[in-house]
Order: sequence, then C-alpha cells, then structure tokens
Amino acid sequence: MEQIFFLIFAALAVASAIAVITLRNPVHSAFFLMVTFLNVAAIFVLLRSPFLAAVQVFVYVGAVMVLFLFVVMMLDIRKATMERFVQGKWRFLVIILGVVLVYEINKVFRRSSLAGQTISSERHLDGSVSEIGTVLFTDYILPFEVISIVLLVALIGAIVLGRKEIK
Amino acid sequence: MTPLSWYLMLSALLFTIGVLGVLLRRNIIIILMSIELILNSVNINLVAFSYYLQDLRGQIFAVFVITIAAAEVAVALGIVVSLVRNKSELNVEEIKTMKG
Repeated sequence: MEQIFFLIFAALAVASAIAVITLRNPVHSAFFLMVTFLNVAAIFVLLRSPFLAAVQVFVYVGAVMVLFLFVVMMLDIRKATMERFVQGKWRFLVIILGVVLVYEINKVFRRSSLAGQTISSERHLDGSVSEIGTVLFTDYILPFEVISIVLLVALIGAIVLGRKEIK
Repeated sequence: MTPLSWYLMLSALLFTIGVLGVLLRRNIIIILMSIELILNSVNINLVAFSYYLQDLRGQIFAVFVITIAAAEVAVALGIVVSLVRNKSELNVEEIKTMKG
C-alpha cells in the first residue's frame, strides 16, 4: 500500500518537475514547482518525518514560491514567454547526457549494500517536533545559531538589494 | 515496503531534471527554480537515509538545507530585481557586461 502511495507522489513530483523546466511562461513553471514541493512534502510524510513535511510546506510553498511569484509579477515577462524554450544546437545532447547521468547515479547506488535495504523492524524515530527539537537544541545548537545569523545576513542583503536608488 | 533505492532513484531523477533546467533554460527565474528542485532532491535523499538508517541527523541536515535555500532565494531574487531595474533583461545570455 505504501508503495502505491510512493509511486503516485513520485510520478506527480517528476511530472511537475519536467513541467517546471519545459513550460514557457514563468508563472506556469512557478505553479508546477509548488505542486512538486507539495508532492515532496507528501513523500516526507511517507518517510515518517511530519515536522519536515510541515516545514517544507510552510517555507518552500508558503514563502519561497510566494516570493518567486511576487518577483515574477513585478517583471515584464512577455518577451520571455514568446521565445522558444530551449535553443542552441546542443540541446538534444544535453538531454541525452541527463538520461546518462540518471543511469550512472542508479548504477552507483545499486552497487552498495544499502540499495535493497528495507526499514528495520525496530523503528524508534517518529520525526515528531519534540524529537527534532530535543536534538536540534542540544547537539546541534551551534549550526542552529549560525543559521540564524545567515538568515539575518540574507534579510539585510535582500533589503539593500531591493531598495530604490534615491537620486 | 518500498526499498531505499526507489527513494534514491526519485532523488536522482529530480536532481537531473534540475540540472537540465539550469543548463538548458535561459530565463533567470526558471534557472533559480531549477536550483530549488536540486535542493529538494537532496532533501529527499537525506530524509530517506534518515528513515532507513534510523538516524535523526538526516532530518536535521534537511532542516538546515531548507533554511539555507530560503535565504539563498531571498538574496537571488533581490539580485534579479536589481538586474531588471538596471537592464530590463531576463535572458542570462544577454547579461555579459563582465564577460571577457
């Protein structure tokens, strides 16, 4: 049963990802990227990580994609919508090389002993907020504080970059 | 039970689609969206290993990746806004003032 759900969400995620990179209108691509993120959040739930699934929806779908859509609405995309989506004489070669890349990654992890591993019967993690919170604020407090400084720097940078020049 | 390799295969597929998007598209917004696809594929990989090896560190790492990705998108879109304000061009191949 879990396999069927995984296949549904994986197929939807891959199809939306292909739509993101092939559609001409950036607004359409942004919406399909939202669909991809929602399917990835569903896959996180399948992997027993409800906290991460909620964070994915809040941050990626609710903040990052809304930011993308704001910026796309501000810009004039008419010229971008009209041109051919991919040009250049090497495009088929690049797509074929992409397929080769997937095959090679597949070959690498099939060789390892972890490839066929199914979940062991003693599952003690539930990915809940309390579990992640306990580890995050004790063992990983340093990266947590560094991340807060990174966010502060990004905030200042985005404000400075977005400011209008006052002549 | 779904074997681990299925999740890794999905992660590889999304990664490759993101890389193709970065290489093939010339609109800067689509390129930034493809970078987000790549980061999501890495997250799927991390959380899959965290589940199958019953180690919480994968999920913690994924939380940090999501945070860094959000910060990166904020700064990248600030750059795009300044770029469009100054040059009114969304095509990466036309942005070549610093070239050569």
